[in-house]
Formats: sequence, C-alpha cells, structure tokens
Amino acid sequence: MAILFLPATLLIGILLYFNKNTFVHYSFAVLYAVLLCSFGVYEYCHINKIEFQFFKPDALSVLMLFALCIVSIPALFHAYRYIVTHDETPRSRGLFFASLIVLITAICMAYISNNLAVMWIFVEITTLSASALIYHHRNIRALEGVWKYVFICAISITFIYIGILFLSLAMKEAGIDTFSFDELMKHAGKLDPFWLKLAFLFIFTGFTAKMGLVPMYTAGIDAKDKAPAPAGALLSSILMNMGFVGIYRVYAIISKTEIQQWASTVLIISAVLSIFVATVYMTHIKNIKRMFAYSSIEHMGIVLLGLAVGGIGIYAAILHIVLHTFVKPALFFQFNQVYRVYQSKSIYDAGHYFKYNKAGAIVILLGFISATAMPPSGLFISEFLVFQSLFEAHRFIILVVVLILLTMIIWGFGSNIFKLLFTPPMILNENQVPRISPWDSVSQYALLAMAVYFAYNPPAAFVQLIQDAVKLIQ
Amino acid sequence: MSDILLIIFAISLLFMSIANRIFTYLNILIFQGFILFGVTFLALSEINTLNLALILLETIVFKAIAVPFFLKRIIKRNKITREAEPYLPNFVSLIVVTLIIVITIMMSSQIKDPNLDKTIFVVSLSNLFTGLYLIVSRKKIITHVIAYLVIENGVFILSLAVGNEMPMLVNLGIMLDIFASVLILGIFLNKIGDVIKDPDVSQLRNLKD
Repeated sequence: MAILFLPATLLIGILLYFNKNTFVHYSFAVLYAVLLCSFGVYEYCHINKIEFQFFKPDALSVLMLFALCIVSIPALFHAYRYIVTHDETPRSRGLFFASLIVLITAICMAYISNNLAVMWIFVEITTLSASALIYHHRNIRALEGVWKYVFICAISITFIYIGILFLSLAMKEAGIDTFSFDELMKHAGKLDPFWLKLAFLFIFTGFTAKMGLVPMYTAGIDAKDKAPAPAGALLSSILMNMGFVGIYRVYAIISKTEIQQWASTVLIISAVLSIFVATVYMTHIKNIKRMFAYSSIEHMGIVLLGLAVGGIGIYAAILHIVLHTFVKPALFFQFNQVYRVYQSKSIYDAGHYFKYNKAGAIVILLGFISATAMPPSGLFISEFLVFQSLFEAHRFIILVVVLILLTMIIWGFGSNIFKLLFTPPMILNENQVPRISPWDSVSQYALLAMAVYFAYNPPAAFVQLIQDAVKLIQ
Repeated sequence: MSDILLIIFAISLLFMSIANRIFTYLNILIFQGFILFGVTFLALSEINTLNLALILLETIVFKAIAVPFFLKRIIKRNKITREAEPYLPNFVSLIVVTLIIVITIMMSSQIKDPNLDKTIFVVSLSNLFTGLYLIVSRKKIITHVIAYLVIENGVFILSLAVGNEMPMLVNLGIMLDIFASVLILGIFLNKIGDVIKDPDVSQLRNLKD
C-alpha cells in the first residue's frame, strides 16, 4: 500500500499543480482524503508487518496516522473555505492543495518508516512542501518567514545527518549494517556509548526544529504565523508529531543502553527550557496566531517531560500528543474566521467576538479551556499523569517549576482570550464585518469533543495501541 | 597525502574568517570543492567505480563549479555590495576560529576509537562550528548561505569517514547537498533579490514578539 500511496499522491499533486479547473481541484482533494483514510485503515489492519523493507507500521505510527487522518480531513475542508474566501487564482490554489497533500503524505511516510535514513528523507520533503505553504501569500513578511524556516530546517536536517553518521560509527563496532530501528534496538547493548551519545545529541537537536522545542523552535513559530491557518494547523499538530516520532524512536534505542539516564537528563533540560520560553512569550504576546504557536511549544515541552521521566509518563506523553493533535488545529481553524472579522492578528484590534460569531466564540472558549488543560478538557488527564510521573520519580523541583510556569501561561493565554471574547474592540467598522456561517465551526466542535472522548472514555483498542507503543521504551 | 589535503582544508577556514570581500569567500568555497575532490578520491578506495564516479562528479561539478558560479551570478544580478560586513572585527573572528580548531583537536584526543581517522573528525567538526560561527557573526544573507555551504563541506568530509563501509551514507549526503542548495539558492535567493534590494538580514527582522 505504501508503494501505491506514494505515486498516487505524487500523481494527484502534479495534476493539481498543472490543472486550473475548480471542479477538478476539489474533486482531487476529496479523492486524496478518501485515499488517505483507506491508507490509514490498511496500515491499522497490517500492523507490525514490514512493507517493502523500509516501512513497518507499529503501534506508535498507527496512533499518529489515526490522529493525522482525523485532522487532515477538516484541514482540507478549511483549506477549501480559505481559498473560497480569499479569491485565489487557479494557479495558487493548485499549488496550495498540491503542497498540502505532499506534506501530509511525507508525514505519513515518516511515521511508518522503520529506517532512520528513510525517515530522514521524508523529513526533508516536509521542509520542501511546508515552505511552499508558508510562502503562499508571496509578500515580504511571508518571504521572511519562509526564509527563516528553510534555513533553520536545512541546518536541522544537516544535524540529523551528522547524527546518522555518528550512529554509523557506533554501529561499525557492533557489526550492524542497517539503520532499521528494529535491528538497532535489538543490538542496542553493543553500540559504542560515546558515539551513541554524540549521535543522540545531534539527532535530537535536529528533530527539535520539527517538534518545536528549545533550541531550534524559532523557525516553526514564524512558519505557523505566516502560513495560512489550515496549513498552520497541520504544521502545529501532525508535523510536530513527526518530530516526536523521530525523537521517540531514537530514545527507544538509547533506553536499552547504559546512557539512558544521561539522555533523559538532556530531554528534561530541553523540556523545561521549552516550557520556560513558551511562558516568557505567552505572558506578553499580542499576536493571537503566534500565541497559539507558542502554546504548542509548551505542550511539546510537557510531552517531552513525560517521555524523559518514564514510568506512567511515557503513556501520558503519547496520550497528550494525540489529544493535542485534536485541540490545536481546532484553534487554528477557528483563527481563520477571527481574522475574517477583524482583518488583523493583533489582540488590540480584536474584541467582543461573541457579538460577531457566537458559534466561533464558543469554540475559542472551549479551545482555551482544552489547551490550558482545565478539567473538562482531555489534556487535563494526560497532563495530570505527567505530573504524577514526576511525583513518583521524586523530581519535586522540576514539578514545582513547571507548575508555576504553567500557571503563568494560563494567565497570559487567558488574558488575551478574554480580551478577544468579551471586551469591546478599539476601532471596528461594524458594517464591514462579514457574517460567518456557524457551519464553519462544526469541525472544531467535533475535534474538541474527540479530545474529551478519547481522554475520559478511551476505546480499548486505543489504550492497547498506546501500551504497545510504550513497550518500545523499557 | 589525504592528511595534507585535509590540513590545507582546515587552514582555508582561518583564511575565511579574515576575508573581507564576498568574492574571497566564494573563491575559498571553490578551493574547498577541489580539495574535497582530492580527498574523496583518496579516501573512498573500496567502493565500486560507478558510485565513486558519481561522488567525484558531485564534488567537482556541484561544490566547486555550479554553486559558486550561481552565487556569483546572484551577487552581480542583485548588486550586492562586496563587503562581508561582519558584526565583529576580523581579528576576533580569527581568534574564535583558531579556538574552534584547537578545541576540536583537544576533543578528538579524548577519543579512544581505533576505527576513527582523527584528522577527518577534527577537520569536519571545525568546519561545522566555523560555519555556525560565520552564520551568527555575519550580516548578509548571502554570507549565511556561504557559511551553510561550509557546514555542508564539513559534513561531507565526515561522511567519508564511514564511506567505505556504507557508501549509501555518502549518497545521502549528496542528496542533502543538492536538496538544500536547490531549495535555498534556486528558489530563494532569486526571490529575495526580487523583493528586497541588497539582501541583508536586518530587513528580515519584522517577525518577532
């Protein structure tokens, strides 16, 4: 199926790029959505079967694929709404859809690839397709965003490559000659610890650009800000998950060696710094879209913390990242409609959103509650489990620091969201405010509801998949 | 022989740290490309001829001729000023790059791995860190791109260390080269030249919080 899915996507992408017909564009997008879902189902049915030597959908990749399929369908729908409301030319519409589906497919393949080198190739392709999405508006700001993104990602990809080279030095002595994750995990004990340490540092640093963590989080923020909201939603959910999958798989190898303790310290430092950076920006940020992007950084910090501490934390980390994949796109999709009302991303121009779009305002409110992990939200469960694992590991100082930082984030996030929802805007010509159809918010409600459902009443198969994924580490 | 070439390669980094004009940087890049050609030829003695020919072709055509030529064209077309415009005086840069090389030599003496060619390790890591230093200490976008190419050269040398056992990795490195250069140079620098005159990072400073 993998070998069928890739050329099919490529074909659809090329046809989208060269065709200028509206109907053809949309029908191809629908065709792709159907193809994507059938791909997801196929991989779920063929779990743990090696396909074409390099691909093997294990529990982690199936979970991420499931989240990806669920988010991609509303993303394609909102991309359609975005194009309709912005009077795009057929050419830019074709390019937009083509790069969207290439991005989604590259991420899918990176999830299921069972070989570090193959995964690295697909990580490269995501940079390429994401840059086309970020440069969609073709103005100087978009150019700046895309330039920074491409440059930082190029460096990060080079770092991953250096990591792979060091790993190959470690493998030389162990007598392994393939980068397959299974093989590496099986012979992890034989790898040379010194080279493995260097390899881990470089690979981890490289993947932080995709996952959005200190040190290389910066490019992602500008990218999410400048990309159209539907693309931003994908960049801040499934693309970040790809970084997570990369780090998770490498950490799974490390966890079977003696340097596990050292690696987990590295992860904890990066996680706490990420949450700290998110706090610093969230408490005084005035751009709503960038605020959502920084909120993603905070959540990735929490995920990494759970992963590093271990115990119940690994389960919590995977649950958290899946739930975050539902919540954050909902906010990004909704942001598009906020922008249509105020024609500005600044919080100073916004206000009284309840008056202009009731359904959307409730999405923003629920999204805020979900993203800050307040009790009815699903993220509360996973965040609570992360804190429990910190408690059990006797890491009290980190626990207290993170809790204080999270409280400050809630304050910063909340003051902006409540200003958007309740206080009157400074200047707004009410006659120019378009009427937003409540139907545009349906998918956001569905996503937020799913985040709650999967946290409080998870289906047995879902729990089983997470537990299988956790077994990779230990 | 290959050690001599690698040491000359490292010396070219010192030269790059004090270069004033952008064309000097490009000439050093061309020079590095030719050295890489020699090193590759000497280091990869065990892989099959076709693959070796491909790799050699990449170093000579891509690293030594095409990319510098293309950069020169961009500089002329966009009328970029010839000055490299560092944030720091050249003397400081020279000290920093020397320190980088000394520290990597000290680091490599800690490694007790008989399989590793230490010269390769030192030269590639000092290339990597010098590239990163050039990126943070120079103002122009074009110098950032050149510094990125320096990093790539360093990585390419590192890939030669394992090239005989895993030629696949060297090929991946070539893919990275081509991908990054096409993306960064081909698409971008052209666009940046169209939108803003005299590309300078100070004009790409609006996205911030």
